[in-house]
This record gives sequence, C-alpha cells and structure tokens, in this order.
Amino acid sequence: MSSNVITIQGLEVQEKPWVDTLHEWVTTVDHKRLGILYIVYALVFLLFGGIEAIVIRIQLMHSHNNFVSPQVFNRMFTMHGTTMIFFVAMPILFGFANYLVPLMIGARDMAFPRLNAFSFWLSALGGFLLYFSVVGANGLYGAGDAPDVGWWAYAPLTARAFSPGHSTDYWTLALLVSGFGSIGTAINIIATVLCLRCPGMKLSRMPLLVWLNLVMAGMVLIAITPLSAAQIMLLIDRYLGGHFFDAQAGGSAVLWMHFFWIFGHPEVYVLIIPCFAFMSEIIPVFSRKPIFGYPVMVAATVCIGFVSLSVWAHHMFTVGMNSYANSFFTITTMAVGVPTGIKIFNWIGTMWGGRIQFRTPMLFCIGFLFQFLIAGLTGIMMAAAPFDWQLSLSYFVVAHFHYVIVGGILFALFAAFYYWYPKITGRMLSERLGKWHFWLFLIGFHLTFDVMHIPGLLGMPRRIYTYEPGRGWDTLNLIVSIGAFIQAIAILVFVWNLISSYFNGAKAGNDPWDAWTLEWSTSSPPPAYNFATVPVVASRRPLWDLKHPEDPDNLYE
Amino acid sequence: MFALSSVLLPPRSLAEPSHSLTSIFSPESTPAKSIFDLSIFVLSITGIIFVVVFTLLVYSIFKFRANYANADREPAQVYGSNQIEMAWTIIPILIVVVLFLATARVIHAIQDAPEPAGAVQVTAIGHQYWWEFRYPKLGIVTANELHVPVSDPSHPTPTFLRLLSADTDHSFWIPELAGKTDLIPNHPNRMWMDPYHTGIFLGQCAQYCGTQHAKMLLRVSVDSPQDFAAWVRGQQQLAVQDPSVMTGRQVFEHTACINCHTVSGTPADGRFGPDLTHLMSRTTIAAGAAENTPENLRLWIQNPDGIKPGSLMPAMKLSDADVDAVVNYMKTLR
Repeated sequence: MSSNVITIQGLEVQEKPWVDTLHEWVTTVDHKRLGILYIVYALVFLLFGGIEAIVIRIQLMHSHNNFVSPQVFNRMFTMHGTTMIFFVAMPILFGFANYLVPLMIGARDMAFPRLNAFSFWLSALGGFLLYFSVVGANGLYGAGDAPDVGWWAYAPLTARAFSPGHSTDYWTLALLVSGFGSIGTAINIIATVLCLRCPGMKLSRMPLLVWLNLVMAGMVLIAITPLSAAQIMLLIDRYLGGHFFDAQAGGSAVLWMHFFWIFGHPEVYVLIIPCFAFMSEIIPVFSRKPIFGYPVMVAATVCIGFVSLSVWAHHMFTVGMNSYANSFFTITTMAVGVPTGIKIFNWIGTMWGGRIQFRTPMLFCIGFLFQFLIAGLTGIMMAAAPFDWQLSLSYFVVAHFHYVIVGGILFALFAAFYYWYPKITGRMLSERLGKWHFWLFLIGFHLTFDVMHIPGLLGMPRRIYTYEPGRGWDTLNLIVSIGAFIQAIAILVFVWNLISSYFNGAKAGNDPWDAWTLEWSTSSPPPAYNFATVPVVASRRPLWDLKHPEDPDNLYE
Repeated sequence: MFALSSVLLPPRSLAEPSHSLTSIFSPESTPAKSIFDLSIFVLSITGIIFVVVFTLLVYSIFKFRANYANADREPAQVYGSNQIEMAWTIIPILIVVVLFLATARVIHAIQDAPEPAGAVQVTAIGHQYWWEFRYPKLGIVTANELHVPVSDPSHPTPTFLRLLSADTDHSFWIPELAGKTDLIPNHPNRMWMDPYHTGIFLGQCAQYCGTQHAKMLLRVSVDSPQDFAAWVRGQQQLAVQDPSVMTGRQVFEHTACINCHTVSGTPADGRFGPDLTHLMSRTTIAAGAAENTPENLRLWIQNPDGIKPGSLMPAMKLSDADVDAVVNYMKTLR
C-alpha cells in the first residue's frame, strides 16, 4: 500500500525563497499543513500560558508575598485559564484531528479544505485578539489591560460598572471569534468522517481515534453554540444597554453561569475524548493486541457524549439551587463515571495478556491511566453535592481539574507527540530526551498537583493573590511551586527534543512502530495527496491484515 | 496515589504546627459534620476503587511487559468479552446508586432543614471586598465579624443566614461550620449553622469577586448565650457621644467619610462602607486584612492601598492633625 512520493516539506526545499515558503504555509488548504499550523500555534500559546502559571506559582510560594500586585495576579490566572483551554488544548487537539482523521480513513483531505483554513485563521485571530489586549486595551481609555475577570467571567463582574475599559471586550471577542473557528472545524470533521471514508471502511471499522473525534466534533457543535450566544448577550449588555446579566436591572447573574457551564462541562469532554482517542490507538500498538471491546468503547464514548450534556450544573452546587436540582446533577455526574470507568477497564483489558513495550509514547499512556483514575475519583467526590460545598472553589478543585487537564490531557498529548511525530516529520523523537522529559514531568506533576489538593482541604480558596500565615498553607504552596518549576524544565526538554530531532533525529520510515492503521501505510511525512491509490480495507486493522495474511482480523470481527 | 493517601490522612498532621483553623475535616457544626460523615463514606468507596484498579494496572504492567523471550512474536489477539464488559458495567452502576442515595440524603438534610422558632436570623450582604451583617429581629448592623450563639443540642439555637450581594458574586465559607454558599445579586440564598463550641472560626470569600477577593476575610465569633446577649445589648446602643473627641467627630462629619459610613445617632448614615457605630468591638479592620489598632486605623485612613491595594476605600488625604483626631474619635466608638 505504500506509494511513490513527492515530498512537500516547506523547510526542506532550499532553493525556494523564504517568502514563497511562507506564502505556501499561509495560503495552504492541505489538512496536514493546517494540522501542523494548529499544533505549532498551540505550542506557542502553551509557552505563554506556562509563563503565566509560573508567575502565579512564584507569587503563592509563601504567605504575604509581593512578587506581583493583585491586579497583575488576577490577569495572570484569567489569561492562564483562557489561554490553556481555548488557545492550547482546543487547537492542539484540532490539529491532531485535522492531521490524522483523513489519513486514518484513507481520504486525501478534509471535506471542506477552504473552510478548514478559514477555521484555523479565525482561531489564530482569536488568540491574537486575547493577547493584543495587553497593548490595545491599555491604549484606549479606561482601566486595566489584559482581562481580569477569571476564565468563566461570571456576571456581573463583567458588567461595565465593575469592568470598565476594554479588557473584558477583548476576552469576549477572542472567545467569540475562536468559537466560530471551532464550529467550522467541527462541521468539517463530521462531514469528513461521514462522507470521505475509503472503500470498505464501514463505521464499524473506523479506527477508534476517528470515532472519538466524530463524537468530539458533535459535542463542539452543541457546546460552543451557547458560549457564543452568551458572548453576544454580554456584548449587548456592555454596548447596547441590555440587561441579560445585569442583576440590578432585573437580569440574572445565574443565567450567565448556566450558559457558561452548559458549554464548560461538555468542553471538558471535548478535550478529553480526543485524548481517549490517543490512548485507544497507542496502547494497543505497544501492547501488541487489538483494542479490547471495540464496540463497547464506541458505545461508552457516545454515552459520555450524551450524559455529559446533562451534568453542567455540578459546577454550580454552591449557587443555591434547590435540593432536587442538586440531587439531579449529582446522579448525572456520578453516572458519567460509569462509561469512563468502562474505558479505563478496556485499556487495562488491552494490556492484559499483551507484550507491553515501554517506549516513550507508552510511558505517557501509562502515566495517563494512573492519573486519570485519580482525577476521576476526585471527580466522584465533588459529584457528591454536599462534599462539593466544601471542595468547590477551593484549591482541591484546582488540583482536580489540573489532574484531568495536565495529568490526563497533556500526558495523552505528549504520548501523541512521541507517537505521530515520526509520521509528521519523518524523524524519530529522541528516546533518551523523551525519557528525561517523561520522568521530570511526572515528578514535577505529582509534586505540584498531588500536594495541591491539601490546601483546598485546609480551606484555601482559589484565585487569591495572597494568603494569611498560620493557616497551614505555606509549606504546601512552596512544594506546589517547586513542582511547577520542575514541570517547566521538563517542557523545555520536550521543546528541545522537538527542535533537535527535526534536524538530527533518526529516519523514521513509513511504519516505525509496526502499527496497524492506514496513516502508517503511506510515507513519512505523507505526500500532499496522502495515498497514491485510495486504499481498500476489510477490517479495523488494515495493516495487520497485510502483515498477517494467514490470520486477518476480518475473520474475528 | 500520593493524592489519595494524602486525602485519607488527617490533614492536620501535614499542616504547620500552628494547625489550620479552616480544615474541612474538623467539623464544629451540624452541616459541616454531615458533610464530613458523607465525605468519609465517599472517600472509603473511592479509596477501595482506587486500590482495586491501581492493583490491576500495576499487575498488568509488570506481568505483561515484553521481554527477550517473547518480543519476536505477537501475543494472542483477543478482541473482547461480553461477560467481562457486563461485569465492569453493572458493578459501577451499583456503586453509583449507593453513592447517590447516601448523597441525596445529606443534600436533603442540610438544604431542607426547617428553621426552628429560636433561630437567630442574620442577613449577610457581600460587598466588594467586605461583609455586612444585619440582624433584622435584633436591630443590629455590623461588618466582617459575625457573632452567633453556641447551639446546645438539647436547646438548639442555630443561626440562619440570608445571603445577598450588593455588587458581584461572593461566597460565604467557614469550613469548620458549613459548606460554602454563594452570595449573588438578585438571587437570595440561605444557609445555616449550629456551632457546637464557643470560639473564633475563620473563613473567607470563596467566589472571585474582583481585585481584593483575597483579603475579603471572615471571622465568626461563637459566643456563650450570656456573651451573645451582652454583645447584642452593646450593639443595640447608639454610638457613644464623647465630648473629648468632638474635633475628630467634626472632621469625620465634614468630609466624605459619611457618604459611605454610618455612625448611628449622628448625621453619618452612608451605606456603601461598613457601619462604624461599634468599630472598637471588632478585632480587625478592612475585612480582616489588618488588626484593629490605632496605628492600622491611621494607615488605613491615609492610604488604604498600603493594607489592601485595590480596595474601594479612597485615601482621605487629611492633614496629620485631622487624621489623629479622626482616629481618636474612632477609638471611642465602642
């Protein structure tokens, strides 16, 4: 199935003037290039968001610290949260989806290549707007520069009475614009998966990564819409004298919370489901076994997709809903743990009886499994509404969702980087640097986020720029900060690995991991048209069938 | 792993020797105690799940790692098992049902608790960045330091709070007495507490409310019935009229102070800032940001940003003599 190839790799073409290369990248509609653009763009923002996190952690190293002013601290956590969710996690996952989905279903591009490019540039504009606030909002009249309303921007703090100037407007517009980009990408993924699969690839034969990205895209369509609506309502409040969220004039602050969280909770699954997808591709390859319980994995994902649309108000247990509402959101939230648990069991089932190879991608997958288990269990604790009345808005919840986002999503992303980097660049990432990266990050992660649970239990609220001595929080916060610095070093090792391996890494070849899905049948990096001849598949693991003609999968599926 | 063990250990042992006054695991009131009991139950169940799944994971990683003997051939290709899938679907569902029933019981017990006749009623109003406490039945208005009577189980005198906000969202959280409840404008909330012992209980605003969210601290003084009655009597008095501080009072009443602050029985009747009628009965100023000493009062009047940058109290720009006079006046407001 491998093909004769014309390599189109911007940086390798020496003769072309750099302006032409730049022009090619800016005007590209190739799903692989757009995928790379998404990923590089997100990595740049990862560094911004990481610097903000470090500032936060320096400020909180001990009580009554004066490293930054309260105003700057509030901007830091607002920008950190907004950046990491909207301009790191989402684009990087869209990048991988863009790159991998067409390759894995044997397609030559996404369904709507121009929409694809448009979506990327919209998202890029959103990130630019958010950071332009540092310059722009300050240059205009009014107070403050970067947004400082927290990443949920609860009403009425966002009203003009409490947030004069334009920083909140930059926040709103950034999310609105990048939201439209996300919707475009979601439509594109759905259309691609439903319409462009190669011959023989029935829905029941799609790789799990494709299935899970399909569910993710469906959830983006549902979840981003209320967020965009809320942003427009907020703009109406701020500029046209509306009162949607203006409690003094009969509006409702709680309305904003509902709008935000009916986006915000599905959003968590929008981010974690593609990571489940990475797990479901990488664990089988390094366990040398097919995924355990494929149909159940698909069903569990679809189930998570639906149930997660009915859990949003568990972010609002403290806002004074009645006992029936609190009970309802308790049971839906706990229920979402069932399909999630099924997934963890199926990954263990995949490893069970396998021959596990501890290459760097697999190390990150194993880290993911342990950490996602803990994150899920602390999630169950907070699903119990009364327990949440103590834990919510404290550092416990901060530790919990960083366990999901860093311990889960980021570990899965690192696994994906080490696994698909050879396909994307044609070079292997260094295993030696990879192991340094893994162990440093693992140690830093656990120092920071394991310990971070405890100040929450001792009554430390989130989003405070300083705290009183004598509460038992000082030592714990110092440990948390030290862990953050170790993580920062690990990230630098990773970035160095990405750069140095691009020039000096071992040649990857088409199929370095002896894997089974279609992207490994074409060259590394794949040619612009992906496949010289459109592949035909007869099972979920077409390359297994090729490598083992005596024992093909379609006999058993 | 570390996280869970740390959660299960009594957190006090991990804290500084001075011991935290705000641990959720040292409940001193029925709502906090019910939550504590539920949390122990939930922690036990999740702890068992953790141990089981953790063991399975560690076992499969060690047992099924590739080695030189088997690396060159593929293992048996197993695609799944419906029986096993059924098992790990049904068991978690049963666990969820049990957890839900236990939780729903506590939700109902705390949220739907009836208000007994002897309850003390307090209206707590969140402001950017301080707390206003009004006792409608007792005719008391105070700030930042809540006084409540201790509640004897045989003769309960719980305190029921009606939670309001004058501006943005806030959240009332005294971890040892009850879970937190938000104060949201145009959305009255309710919570209650029946403290078991007298003493000082600490907490702070838990919902981000603006620049000085961090220094919006809370103190609850749980008093014996006698002390509470004495405190109530003291607070019900009009402000002390002390002729020796007339200069300070005149400065106070002829500057912008009275736009925001009330001193009962005088022309000062502002509502934007804390009521100062009995300022000296409080141990802290600026919502707990500083101790209530003459030096701190002086600093606070001259330059609030020195104590609490971003607070809404303006620097009064008074002459030294006037500041001294105003501080002397404040010192008489017992």
